[in-house]
Amino acid sequence: MHKIICENLSLGYGDKVIVENLSFSVNAGDYLCIVGENGSGKSTLIKTILGLRSPIEGRIILDGLAKNEIGYLPQQKDFQRDFPASVREIVLSGFQGSCGFRPFYSRREKELAFEAMRKTNIHELAKRCYRELSGGQQQRVLLARALCAVKKVLVLDEPVTGLDPEASLKMYDVVNELNHQGVTVINVLAVPFCPLCFNRRRNDCNVFVFAGSYSRP
Amino acid sequence: MIAMCSSLLGVILVLKNFSFIGDGLSHVAFGAMAAASVMNINNDMPVVLGVTVLCAVLLLRTGNKSSIKGDASLAMLSGGSLAVGYMLMNIFSTSANLSGDVCTTLFGSVSILTLEPSEVWLSVILSISVMGIFAFFYNKIFAITFDEEFAQVSGLNVERCNVITALIVAVVIVLAMKLVGSLLISALVIFPALSAMRVFKSFKSVAICSLIFSTVCALAGMIISILAGTPVGSTIVITDMAAFGIFYFAGKVLA
Repeated sequence: MHKIICENLSLGYGDKVIVENLSFSVNAGDYLCIVGENGSGKSTLIKTILGLRSPIEGRIILDGLAKNEIGYLPQQKDFQRDFPASVREIVLSGFQGSCGFRPFYSRREKELAFEAMRKTNIHELAKRCYRELSGGQQQRVLLARALCAVKKVLVLDEPVTGLDPEASLKMYDVVNELNHQGVTVINVLAVPFCPLCFNRRRNDCNVFVFAGSYSRP
Repeated sequence: MIAMCSSLLGVILVLKNFSFIGDGLSHVAFGAMAAASVMNINNDMPVVLGVTVLCAVLLLRTGNKSSIKGDASLAMLSGGSLAVGYMLMNIFSTSANLSGDVCTTLFGSVSILTLEPSEVWLSVILSISVMGIFAFFYNKIFAITFDEEFAQVSGLNVERCNVITALIVAVVIVLAMKLVGSLLISALVIFPALSAMRVFKSFKSVAICSLIFSTVCALAGMIISILAGTPVGSTIVITDMAAFGIFYFAGKVLA
Protein backbone atom coordinates (compact mmCIF):
# COMPACT_ATOMS: atom_id res chain seq x y z
CA MET A 1 0.00 0.00 0.00
CA HIS A 2 1.24 3.46 -0.75
CA LYS A 3 0.83 6.62 1.20
CA ILE A 4 1.70 10.29 0.86
CA ILE A 5 2.64 11.97 4.11
CA CYS A 6 3.23 15.68 4.55
CA GLU A 7 4.81 16.84 7.78
CA ASN A 8 4.88 20.42 9.02
CA LEU A 9 5.05 21.88 5.57
CA SER A 10 5.64 25.55 4.97
CA LEU A 11 5.08 26.70 1.44
CA GLY A 12 5.50 29.90 -0.45
CA TYR A 13 7.21 31.78 -3.22
CA GLY A 14 10.71 32.99 -2.52
CA ASP A 15 10.73 34.36 0.99
CA LYS A 16 7.02 34.88 1.24
CA VAL A 17 5.35 32.13 3.23
CA ILE A 18 1.77 31.38 2.26
CA VAL A 19 1.01 28.31 4.31
CA GLU A 20 2.55 27.17 7.54
CA ASN A 21 2.49 23.98 9.56
CA LEU A 22 0.57 21.86 7.18
CA SER A 23 0.41 18.18 8.04
CA PHE A 24 -1.73 15.53 6.46
CA SER A 25 -1.52 12.17 4.86
CA VAL A 26 -3.22 10.59 1.90
CA ASN A 27 -3.86 6.86 1.87
CA ALA A 28 -4.07 4.55 -1.08
CA GLY A 29 -7.41 4.83 -2.81
CA ASP A 30 -8.32 8.15 -1.23
CA TYR A 31 -10.03 10.88 -3.17
CA LEU A 32 -8.68 14.16 -1.93
CA CYS A 33 -9.97 17.51 -3.06
CA ILE A 34 -7.91 20.57 -2.39
CA VAL A 35 -10.08 23.63 -2.51
CA GLY A 36 -9.09 27.23 -2.21
CA GLU A 37 -9.07 30.63 -3.75
CA ASN A 38 -6.60 31.81 -6.34
CA GLY A 39 -3.25 32.43 -4.78
CA SER A 40 -3.95 30.37 -1.68
CA GLY A 41 -1.16 27.99 -2.62
CA LYS A 42 -3.03 25.00 -4.04
CA SER A 43 -0.80 24.58 -7.05
CA THR A 44 2.26 25.25 -4.94
CA LEU A 45 1.22 22.46 -2.61
CA ILE A 46 0.86 19.87 -5.29
CA LYS A 47 3.99 20.98 -7.06
CA THR A 48 5.77 20.41 -3.80
CA ILE A 49 4.20 16.99 -3.42
CA LEU A 50 5.32 16.18 -6.95
CA GLY A 51 8.85 17.28 -6.18
CA LEU A 52 8.88 20.15 -8.66
CA ARG A 53 9.81 22.57 -5.93
CA SER A 54 11.15 22.11 -2.44
CA PRO A 55 9.23 23.13 0.67
CA ILE A 56 10.50 26.02 2.78
CA GLU A 57 10.18 23.80 5.81
CA GLY A 58 8.95 20.34 6.62
CA ARG A 59 9.06 17.27 4.44
CA ILE A 60 7.07 15.03 2.18
CA ILE A 61 7.31 11.28 2.28
CA LEU A 62 6.20 9.20 -0.64
CA ASP A 63 5.76 5.86 1.04
CA GLY A 64 5.79 2.86 -1.27
CA LEU A 65 5.46 5.12 -4.25
CA ALA A 66 7.94 5.58 -7.06
CA LYS A 67 8.07 8.80 -9.00
CA ASN A 68 7.00 7.27 -12.25
CA GLU A 69 3.79 5.91 -10.74
CA ILE A 70 2.20 9.33 -10.54
CA GLY A 71 0.14 10.81 -13.34
CA TYR A 72 -0.05 14.58 -13.43
CA LEU A 73 -2.44 16.87 -15.24
CA PRO A 74 -0.89 20.33 -15.06
CA GLN A 75 -2.77 23.56 -15.37
CA GLN A 76 -3.04 24.88 -18.87
CA LYS A 77 -0.10 26.99 -19.69
CA ASP A 78 1.20 28.63 -22.78
CA PHE A 79 3.22 26.08 -24.57
CA GLN A 80 5.56 27.36 -27.16
CA ARG A 81 3.22 28.75 -29.73
CA ASP A 82 4.30 26.96 -32.84
CA PHE A 83 5.59 23.79 -31.26
CA PRO A 84 4.91 21.05 -33.75
CA ALA A 85 3.43 18.06 -32.00
CA SER A 86 0.59 15.75 -32.87
CA VAL A 87 -1.91 14.68 -30.25
CA ARG A 88 -0.73 11.11 -30.48
CA GLU A 89 2.87 12.06 -29.82
CA ILE A 90 1.90 14.00 -26.73
CA VAL A 91 -0.29 11.27 -25.30
CA LEU A 92 2.44 8.72 -25.89
CA SER A 93 4.93 10.86 -24.04
CA GLY A 94 3.01 9.96 -20.88
CA PHE A 95 4.73 6.58 -21.01
CA GLN A 96 8.14 8.16 -20.89
CA GLY A 97 8.46 7.59 -17.15
CA SER A 98 8.07 3.85 -17.47
CA CYS A 99 10.41 3.63 -20.42
CA GLY A 100 13.67 3.88 -18.54
CA PHE A 101 16.49 3.47 -20.99
CA ARG A 102 14.31 1.99 -23.67
CA PRO A 103 14.33 4.48 -26.54
CA PHE A 104 11.02 3.63 -28.20
CA TYR A 105 7.47 2.86 -27.21
CA SER A 106 6.21 -0.70 -27.28
CA ARG A 107 3.16 -1.81 -29.21
CA ARG A 108 1.33 -2.40 -25.95
CA GLU A 109 1.93 1.19 -24.94
CA LYS A 110 0.66 2.41 -28.28
CA GLU A 111 -2.54 0.44 -27.73
CA LEU A 112 -2.93 1.82 -24.23
CA ALA A 113 -2.39 5.32 -25.55
CA PHE A 114 -5.18 4.83 -28.04
CA GLU A 115 -7.37 3.51 -25.25
CA ALA A 116 -6.65 6.64 -23.20
CA MET A 117 -7.49 8.83 -26.17
CA ARG A 118 -10.74 6.96 -26.64
CA LYS A 119 -11.66 7.40 -22.99
CA THR A 120 -11.15 11.13 -23.20
CA ASN A 121 -12.86 11.24 -26.55
CA ILE A 122 -10.01 12.66 -28.55
CA HIS A 123 -9.15 9.57 -30.60
CA GLU A 124 -10.44 11.25 -33.73
CA LEU A 125 -7.97 14.07 -33.21
CA ALA A 126 -4.97 11.77 -32.87
CA LYS A 127 -3.21 13.05 -35.96
CA ARG A 128 -4.08 16.69 -35.44
CA CYS A 129 -1.61 19.27 -34.32
CA TYR A 130 -1.87 20.18 -30.65
CA ARG A 131 -1.68 23.92 -31.18
CA GLU A 132 -4.66 23.90 -33.53
CA LEU A 133 -7.01 22.48 -30.92
CA SER A 134 -9.35 24.42 -28.67
CA GLY A 135 -8.55 24.90 -24.99
CA GLY A 136 -10.96 22.16 -23.91
CA GLN A 137 -9.59 19.71 -26.44
CA GLN A 138 -6.05 20.48 -25.32
CA GLN A 139 -7.08 19.82 -21.74
CA ARG A 140 -8.39 16.40 -22.72
CA VAL A 141 -5.16 15.62 -24.53
CA LEU A 142 -3.23 16.37 -21.37
CA LEU A 143 -5.63 14.21 -19.35
CA ALA A 144 -5.03 11.33 -21.75
CA ARG A 145 -1.32 11.81 -21.27
CA ALA A 146 -1.78 11.73 -17.49
CA LEU A 147 -3.82 8.53 -17.85
CA CYS A 148 -0.89 6.95 -19.64
CA ALA A 149 1.46 7.88 -16.84
CA VAL A 150 -0.76 6.98 -13.89
CA LYS A 151 -0.18 3.81 -11.95
CA LYS A 152 -1.02 4.59 -8.35
CA VAL A 153 -1.68 8.29 -7.94
CA LEU A 154 -3.40 10.80 -10.20
CA VAL A 155 -2.86 14.48 -9.52
CA LEU A 156 -5.16 16.96 -11.23
CA ASP A 157 -4.63 20.69 -11.16
CA GLU A 158 -7.91 22.45 -11.96
CA PRO A 159 -8.86 19.79 -14.47
CA VAL A 160 -12.15 21.18 -15.68
CA THR A 161 -11.01 24.68 -16.53
CA GLY A 162 -12.14 25.41 -20.03
CA LEU A 163 -14.36 22.37 -20.33
CA ASP A 164 -18.07 22.51 -21.01
CA PRO A 165 -20.34 20.82 -18.42
CA GLU A 166 -20.72 17.65 -20.43
CA ALA A 167 -17.00 17.26 -20.99
CA SER A 168 -16.38 17.98 -17.30
CA LEU A 169 -18.73 15.21 -16.24
CA LYS A 170 -17.13 12.86 -18.69
CA MET A 171 -13.72 13.71 -17.34
CA TYR A 172 -14.91 13.00 -13.81
CA ASP A 173 -16.37 9.69 -14.91
CA VAL A 174 -12.98 8.68 -16.14
CA VAL A 175 -11.30 9.85 -12.96
CA ASN A 176 -13.90 8.16 -10.73
CA GLU A 177 -13.48 4.91 -12.55
CA LEU A 178 -9.75 5.02 -11.87
CA ASN A 179 -10.43 5.83 -8.24
CA HIS A 180 -12.71 2.79 -7.94
CA GLN A 181 -9.87 0.71 -9.28
CA GLY A 182 -7.76 1.83 -6.35
CA VAL A 183 -5.94 4.82 -7.78
CA THR A 184 -5.44 7.67 -5.35
CA VAL A 185 -6.79 10.93 -6.72
CA ILE A 186 -5.70 14.39 -5.65
CA ASN A 187 -7.86 17.03 -7.23
CA VAL A 188 -7.22 20.74 -7.01
CA LEU A 189 -10.19 23.01 -7.52
CA ALA A 190 -10.74 26.72 -7.48
CA VAL A 191 -13.82 27.49 -5.41
CA PRO A 192 -16.15 28.75 -8.13
CA PHE A 193 -15.97 25.48 -10.00
CA CYS A 194 -16.91 23.22 -7.13
CA PRO A 195 -20.68 23.11 -7.37
CA LEU A 196 -20.52 22.00 -10.94
CA CYS A 197 -17.91 19.36 -10.83
CA PHE A 198 -18.02 17.97 -7.36
CA ASN A 199 -18.45 14.34 -7.73
CA ARG A 200 -22.15 14.11 -7.93
CA ARG A 201 -22.07 10.40 -7.68
CA ARG A 202 -19.89 10.13 -4.64
CA ASN A 203 -20.15 11.47 -1.18
CA ASP A 204 -17.19 9.82 0.36
CA CYS A 205 -14.48 12.11 -0.84
CA ASN A 206 -12.36 13.99 1.63
CA VAL A 207 -12.58 17.69 1.21
CA PHE A 208 -9.45 19.26 2.38
CA VAL A 209 -10.02 22.88 3.13
CA PHE A 210 -7.04 24.82 2.09
CA ALA A 211 -6.54 28.41 3.08
CA GLY A 212 -10.13 29.18 2.41
CA SER A 213 -13.43 28.75 4.10
CA TYR A 214 -14.99 26.04 2.06
CA SER A 215 -16.66 23.32 4.01
CA ARG A 216 -17.69 19.87 3.07
CA PRO A 217 -20.74 19.93 0.83
CA MET B 1 29.73 14.56 -46.64
CA ILE B 2 29.72 17.55 -44.39
CA ALA B 3 26.21 18.22 -45.52
CA MET B 4 25.25 15.58 -43.02
CA CYS B 5 26.45 17.60 -40.06
CA SER B 6 24.46 20.61 -41.01
CA SER B 7 21.36 18.54 -41.57
CA LEU B 8 21.62 17.39 -37.97
CA LEU B 9 21.55 20.94 -36.78
CA GLY B 10 18.14 21.56 -38.16
CA VAL B 11 16.57 18.59 -36.47
CA ILE B 12 18.02 19.20 -33.07
CA LEU B 13 17.35 22.86 -32.93
CA VAL B 14 13.72 22.53 -33.96
CA LEU B 15 13.20 21.71 -30.36
CA LYS B 16 15.48 24.25 -28.82
CA ASN B 17 13.56 27.01 -27.23
CA PHE B 18 16.38 29.39 -27.74
CA SER B 19 17.53 29.30 -31.31
CA PHE B 20 20.28 31.71 -30.46
CA ILE B 21 22.22 29.21 -28.45
CA GLY B 22 23.83 28.23 -31.71
CA ASP B 23 25.01 31.75 -32.26
CA GLY B 24 26.37 32.14 -28.76
CA LEU B 25 28.15 28.83 -28.72
CA SER B 26 29.76 29.41 -32.05
CA HIS B 27 31.25 32.60 -30.70
CA VAL B 28 32.59 30.67 -27.76
CA ALA B 29 34.07 28.22 -30.20
CA PHE B 30 35.63 31.13 -32.02
CA GLY B 31 37.26 32.32 -28.82
CA ALA B 32 38.51 28.84 -28.07
CA MET B 33 39.86 28.48 -31.55
CA ALA B 34 41.73 31.73 -31.24
CA ALA B 35 43.20 30.64 -27.93
CA ALA B 36 44.22 27.33 -29.43
CA SER B 37 45.97 28.92 -32.37
CA VAL B 38 47.78 31.27 -30.03
CA MET B 39 49.08 28.34 -28.06
CA ASN B 40 50.29 26.86 -31.31
CA ILE B 41 48.15 23.81 -31.17
CA ASN B 42 47.96 22.59 -34.70
CA ASN B 43 44.94 20.37 -34.47
CA ASP B 44 42.58 22.72 -32.68
CA MET B 45 39.40 20.66 -33.08
CA PRO B 46 39.56 18.76 -29.76
CA VAL B 47 40.29 21.91 -27.76
CA VAL B 48 37.51 23.87 -29.37
CA LEU B 49 35.12 20.98 -28.95
CA GLY B 50 35.94 20.64 -25.27
CA VAL B 51 35.50 24.30 -24.45
CA THR B 52 32.27 24.54 -26.39
CA VAL B 53 30.76 21.49 -24.76
CA LEU B 54 31.64 22.90 -21.36
CA CYS B 55 30.00 26.21 -22.16
CA ALA B 56 26.90 24.56 -23.55
CA VAL B 57 26.42 22.53 -20.41
CA LEU B 58 27.03 25.56 -18.23
CA LEU B 59 24.58 27.64 -20.22
CA LEU B 60 21.79 25.10 -20.06
CA ARG B 61 22.42 24.51 -16.36
CA THR B 62 22.38 28.10 -15.26
CA GLY B 63 19.66 28.93 -17.71
CA ASN B 64 16.94 27.78 -15.33
CA LYS B 65 18.37 28.89 -12.03
CA SER B 66 20.65 31.89 -12.10
CA SER B 67 19.40 35.41 -11.76
CA ILE B 68 20.61 36.26 -15.25
CA LYS B 69 18.10 34.90 -17.70
CA GLY B 70 19.12 32.48 -20.43
CA ASP B 71 18.82 35.08 -23.12
CA ALA B 72 20.98 37.65 -21.42
CA SER B 73 23.65 35.22 -20.30
CA LEU B 74 23.91 33.99 -23.87
CA ALA B 75 24.42 37.47 -25.18
CA MET B 76 27.02 38.13 -22.51
CA LEU B 77 28.92 34.98 -23.26
CA SER B 78 28.89 35.34 -27.01
CA GLY B 79 29.93 38.97 -27.02
CA GLY B 80 32.61 38.35 -24.44
CA SER B 81 34.20 35.38 -26.09
CA LEU B 82 34.10 37.04 -29.47
CA ALA B 83 36.01 39.98 -28.06
CA VAL B 84 38.50 37.80 -26.23
CA GLY B 85 39.05 35.67 -29.31
CA TYR B 86 39.71 38.60 -31.58
CA MET B 87 41.94 40.25 -29.01
CA LEU B 88 44.04 37.12 -28.62
CA MET B 89 44.37 36.72 -32.35
CA ASN B 90 45.35 40.31 -32.75
CA ILE B 91 48.00 40.44 -30.06
CA PHE B 92 49.65 37.10 -30.53
CA SER B 93 49.07 36.59 -34.19
CA THR B 94 51.53 34.31 -35.89
CA SER B 95 50.12 34.63 -39.32
CA ALA B 96 50.69 37.48 -41.71
CA ASN B 97 47.16 37.53 -42.98
CA LEU B 98 45.22 38.37 -39.82
CA SER B 99 42.00 39.74 -41.24
CA GLY B 100 41.88 36.84 -43.67
CA ASP B 101 42.08 34.38 -40.79
CA VAL B 102 39.39 36.12 -38.80
CA CYS B 103 37.20 36.35 -41.82
CA THR B 104 37.51 32.62 -42.43
CA THR B 105 36.50 31.70 -38.92
CA LEU B 106 33.63 34.14 -38.94
CA PHE B 107 32.21 33.44 -42.37
CA GLY B 108 33.48 29.98 -43.16
CA SER B 109 36.00 28.57 -45.56
CA VAL B 110 36.26 30.28 -48.89
CA SER B 111 36.24 27.00 -50.68
CA ILE B 112 35.34 23.52 -49.63
CA LEU B 113 38.72 22.38 -50.85
CA THR B 114 40.54 24.05 -47.98
CA LEU B 115 39.32 21.40 -45.57
CA GLU B 116 41.78 18.70 -44.66
CA PRO B 117 40.94 15.00 -44.98
CA SER B 118 41.42 14.35 -41.27
CA GLU B 119 38.92 17.08 -40.45
CA VAL B 120 36.45 15.61 -42.86
CA TRP B 121 36.76 12.19 -41.27
CA LEU B 122 36.39 13.57 -37.78
CA SER B 123 33.29 15.43 -38.90
CA VAL B 124 31.79 12.35 -40.44
CA ILE B 125 32.38 10.23 -37.37
CA LEU B 126 31.05 12.86 -34.99
CA SER B 127 27.98 13.56 -37.05
CA ILE B 128 27.10 9.90 -37.30
CA SER B 129 27.36 9.50 -33.55
CA VAL B 130 25.30 12.62 -32.98
CA MET B 131 22.63 11.26 -35.25
CA GLY B 132 22.70 7.97 -33.37
CA ILE B 133 22.34 9.66 -29.99
CA PHE B 134 19.53 11.79 -31.30
CA ALA B 135 17.62 8.79 -32.60
CA PHE B 136 18.14 6.96 -29.33
CA PHE B 137 16.89 9.80 -27.15
CA TYR B 138 14.31 11.03 -29.63
CA ASN B 139 11.26 10.34 -27.47
CA LYS B 140 12.85 11.67 -24.32
CA ILE B 141 13.95 14.84 -26.03
CA PHE B 142 10.43 15.29 -27.28
CA ALA B 143 8.89 14.81 -23.85
CA ILE B 144 11.24 17.26 -22.20
CA THR B 145 10.98 19.89 -24.85
CA PHE B 146 7.24 19.80 -24.87
CA ASP B 147 6.64 19.88 -21.14
CA GLU B 148 9.61 19.79 -18.84
CA GLU B 149 7.59 19.70 -15.63
CA PHE B 150 5.55 16.73 -16.68
CA ALA B 151 8.65 14.90 -17.78
CA GLN B 152 10.19 15.52 -14.41
CA VAL B 153 7.11 14.32 -12.55
CA SER B 154 6.98 11.13 -14.56
CA GLY B 155 10.43 10.29 -13.32
CA LEU B 156 12.58 11.22 -16.26
CA ASN B 157 16.04 12.44 -15.47
CA VAL B 158 15.59 15.86 -17.01
CA GLU B 159 18.94 17.17 -15.89
CA ARG B 160 20.84 14.40 -17.59
CA CYS B 161 18.86 14.69 -20.80
CA ASN B 162 19.51 18.42 -20.89
CA VAL B 163 23.21 17.82 -20.57
CA ILE B 164 23.07 15.33 -23.40
CA THR B 165 21.20 17.82 -25.53
CA ALA B 166 23.77 20.48 -24.75
CA LEU B 167 26.48 18.08 -25.75
CA ILE B 168 24.88 17.31 -29.07
CA VAL B 169 24.33 20.97 -29.79
CA ALA B 170 27.91 21.88 -28.97
CA VAL B 171 29.34 19.15 -31.17
CA VAL B 172 27.15 20.14 -34.06
CA ILE B 173 28.04 23.80 -33.69
CA VAL B 174 31.74 23.11 -33.83
CA LEU B 175 31.27 20.91 -36.87
CA ALA B 176 29.19 23.43 -38.72
CA MET B 177 31.59 26.21 -37.88
CA LYS B 178 34.13 24.68 -40.23
CA LEU B 179 31.59 24.85 -42.97
CA VAL B 180 29.83 28.18 -42.70
CA GLY B 181 31.74 30.07 -40.04
CA SER B 182 30.56 31.18 -36.65
CA LEU B 183 28.43 34.10 -37.72
CA LEU B 184 26.28 32.17 -40.14
CA ILE B 185 25.60 29.13 -37.99
CA SER B 186 22.32 30.27 -36.55
CA ALA B 187 20.94 30.59 -40.06
CA LEU B 188 21.87 27.00 -40.72
CA VAL B 189 20.19 26.01 -37.49
CA ILE B 190 16.99 27.93 -37.81
CA PHE B 191 16.00 27.82 -41.46
CA PRO B 192 15.41 24.09 -41.88
CA ALA B 193 13.38 23.87 -38.70
CA LEU B 194 11.24 26.89 -39.45
CA SER B 195 10.67 25.83 -43.03
CA ALA B 196 9.58 22.37 -41.99
CA MET B 197 7.23 23.84 -39.41
CA ARG B 198 5.47 25.85 -42.10
CA VAL B 199 4.30 22.70 -43.79
CA PHE B 200 4.27 19.86 -41.28
CA LYS B 201 2.40 19.53 -38.04
CA SER B 202 3.79 16.64 -36.08
CA PHE B 203 7.12 16.49 -34.36
CA LYS B 204 8.37 13.48 -36.25
CA SER B 205 7.53 14.83 -39.69
CA VAL B 206 9.11 18.17 -38.87
CA ALA B 207 12.29 16.47 -37.73
CA ILE B 208 12.53 14.34 -40.84
CA CYS B 209 11.59 17.16 -43.18
CA SER B 210 14.15 19.56 -41.78
CA LEU B 211 16.78 16.87 -42.02
CA ILE B 212 16.08 16.43 -45.71
CA PHE B 213 15.68 20.16 -46.21
CA SER B 214 19.06 21.09 -44.85
CA THR B 215 20.86 18.24 -46.57
CA VAL B 216 19.43 19.23 -49.92
CA CYS B 217 20.15 22.91 -49.36
CA ALA B 218 23.68 22.28 -48.17
CA LEU B 219 24.40 20.09 -51.17
CA ALA B 220 22.86 22.54 -53.57
CA GLY B 221 24.71 25.43 -51.97
CA MET B 222 27.98 23.58 -52.21
CA ILE B 223 27.54 22.69 -55.84
CA ILE B 224 26.60 26.26 -56.67
CA SER B 225 29.56 27.60 -54.76
CA ILE B 226 31.94 25.30 -56.60
CA LEU B 227 30.48 26.17 -59.97
CA ALA B 228 30.19 29.91 -59.37
CA GLY B 229 33.25 30.30 -57.20
CA THR B 230 31.32 31.90 -54.33
CA PRO B 231 32.08 31.31 -50.63
CA VAL B 232 30.53 28.08 -49.40
CA GLY B 233 28.95 29.31 -46.19
CA SER B 234 27.03 32.23 -47.51
CA THR B 235 25.94 30.34 -50.60
CA ILE B 236 24.42 27.63 -48.44
CA VAL B 237 22.64 30.13 -46.24
CA ILE B 238 21.24 31.97 -49.26
CA THR B 239 19.99 28.66 -50.64
CA ASP B 240 18.36 28.03 -47.27
CA MET B 241 16.67 31.40 -47.42
CA ALA B 242 15.29 30.76 -50.88
CA ALA B 243 13.99 27.36 -49.86
CA PHE B 244 12.39 28.86 -46.77
CA GLY B 245 10.51 31.24 -49.03
CA ILE B 246 9.21 28.32 -51.06
CA PHE B 247 8.10 26.45 -47.93
CA TYR B 248 6.47 29.54 -46.54
CA PHE B 249 4.26 29.92 -49.56
CA ALA B 250 3.61 26.21 -49.71
CA GLY B 251 2.39 26.39 -46.12
CA LYS B 252 0.13 29.31 -46.97
CA VAL B 253 -1.32 27.54 -49.98
CA LEU B 254 -1.95 24.30 -48.10
CA ALA B 255 -3.58 26.06 -45.17
